[in-house]
Amino acid sequence: MSGNFLPAVQLTESGRPVLQPNEIECFYLSSVDLLSEDEPSSIPFPHLKSRLLILTTHRLLCLPNSSSPNSSGAFAVPLAAISHIFSHKKSIKSMFASPRIRFQVSLTPDGRVSGNGSRSVVATIVVRGKGDCDAFLTKFWENWRARAWEDDGPAPGSSSGSAFGSNSASASAPASSGIYSSDGTVRMVGVAGILRKEQEMWESTDKSLQDAFQDLNALMSKAKEMVMLAEKMRQKLLSGSTSQTNASNDEEMGTKEEMQDWLLSVGIISPVTKESAGAMYHQQLSRQLADFVKVPLERAGGIVNLIDIYCLFNRARGTELISPDDLLKACLLWEKFDAPMFLRKFDSGVMVIQNKSHSDEEVFSKIKVLVTKPEALRAGISASDAARTLGVAPAMAKEHLLSAESMGLLCRDTSLDGIRFYINLFTEIDQDDMHLVKDHGVYASWIRVNHAP
Amino acid sequence: MQKLGEFKLPPFFNYPPYFTLQPVRDTRDKQIQLWKDLILDYCKTQKVFVIGLEEEFPLFSNPVIERSLTHEARETFLSVLVVEGRAEWMDKFHRKCLILWHRIEEWAEILVQFARDNGLEDGVVTIEEIRFGTESQGTELQGIDRTILNRALKILEQKGKLVVFKGTSTDDEGVKFSL
Repeated sequence: MSGNFLPAVQLTESGRPVLQPNEIECFYLSSVDLLSEDEPSSIPFPHLKSRLLILTTHRLLCLPNSSSPNSSGAFAVPLAAISHIFSHKKSIKSMFASPRIRFQVSLTPDGRVSGNGSRSVVATIVVRGKGDCDAFLTKFWENWRARAWEDDGPAPGSSSGSAFGSNSASASAPASSGIYSSDGTVRMVGVAGILRKEQEMWESTDKSLQDAFQDLNALMSKAKEMVMLAEKMRQKLLSGSTSQTNASNDEEMGTKEEMQDWLLSVGIISPVTKESAGAMYHQQLSRQLADFVKVPLERAGGIVNLIDIYCLFNRARGTELISPDDLLKACLLWEKFDAPMFLRKFDSGVMVIQNKSHSDEEVFSKIKVLVTKPEALRAGISASDAARTLGVAPAMAKEHLLSAESMGLLCRDTSLDGIRFYINLFTEIDQDDMHLVKDHGVYASWIRVNHAP
Repeated sequence: MQKLGEFKLPPFFNYPPYFTLQPVRDTRDKQIQLWKDLILDYCKTQKVFVIGLEEEFPLFSNPVIERSLTHEARETFLSVLVVEGRAEWMDKFHRKCLILWHRIEEWAEILVQFARDNGLEDGVVTIEEIRFGTESQGTELQGIDRTILNRALKILEQKGKLVVFKGTSTDDEGVKFSL
């Protein structure tokens, strides 16, 4: 429809937008239309209806609403291409109509959205949903003025940033804000534009200086720098461990692994918050959770305790922690968009997240194999034995054993050593002749193993 | 083959889960069946009439695998026997259980048969003789529990097949048959 007019946005499996490095989501508006009210329509600006609009530090993302996350419908307007945002004129007419936000986008001569264009078009966002228009507009201004895409960071308190030393990503262009973009070409057309830009830069710098020391939001940008640092350290660790020979001692390897795990948990730069998402909060949270959970789920063998995910997820978010209730709601929404994992409650009350590919039948057949081995016929298996074979945590293995027991596959043996599980022989024992043992079958094997001379 | 005294134990007696009360209903039902039959079998061949739950009962422990039935398990299995009429609790705290591998009515039949076999259709015999006399040697009546015998006698008395009379002491209690 809009072809290559607006740049496309990549989506993850769950329909979440793939963000650029350092890009942070700031605001959500649902049910918006994006169009151009300009004449003539020789400029092929698309008319996008009923979309989810996400404002980030770098772009204005326009995604299809909820259920069909195919990336063919997701576009973005880079904030860099916006030359002006019109203030919201309140009039009698505007009180009854849906609120509209207008901004000017610059285009190249052949009609592509670009920061250095010579033509321009005025685009309109029509907010048909329930979003807070004024708050959005304020944030829109803020982000646009902050020019985060120039790799500068919104807080010019980057004097404290340089204390981290090797921030090579941001070291390239200190304060490349101003009228020249990083490749040297002039950003705005017209002297008035230049003057206006300068003015805005001063204002925002001033404001940012204050904010940096007072506002918690500043911590977020610092968090971004921390994550960059963590990423650098991770790279170093990775290169370090491959270049070393196996002669490195165990202690070193242990702390290295610890470092890696810790770094992995500091993963998410852009948390979905109630503020930025409003009514869409649980939906977006659910999608973000689905993306996040994939890695720990695989590492844990396909099944993870819900409490563990709660800790991991909040830890990675850092700030804007989610409540257990939010987590639960987010998990329950997964079936709406066919996420590859699901929430499961065992009879014992334990709740886990399980990979759809980690099926019960598979687990049961593995257990059956384990429990008919000679050692298991002699002494049964414990939860830790099962954990080792199944490659999951012992608590999860125990849940699997209990389900196998309730299916009649296993029996339990309770003693001072705890609970051990054996293959269920009760089904093999003849009710009418208690001394009878069939020649073949697991009962016969059990007898052989236990009565061997 | 493992034995408990003269009694031949089945192979599953060494299966540890056999000694743990199973939580899953279907499995537990099967377990209960096996214990029921084992208890009755054992008591019949070893002439055990009473099981005390708080005492050591050799069938309820297996030192080879170091497992014993818990009190709860013992009570569960015996309660099933009670429900089926194959046992009775002797006190309301379920401390002692009377095992009826023959029901009382069956014992009554055995008594009648005993009288016929020994030409006692009109005869008199003491309780002692029924329990320990030469005629009862090698029969099921040998060593029969007093309580059970009394109950069987009572049934027959009600049917008019005999009369119980007391002597000068309990040892002199006797029975006159009129079959």
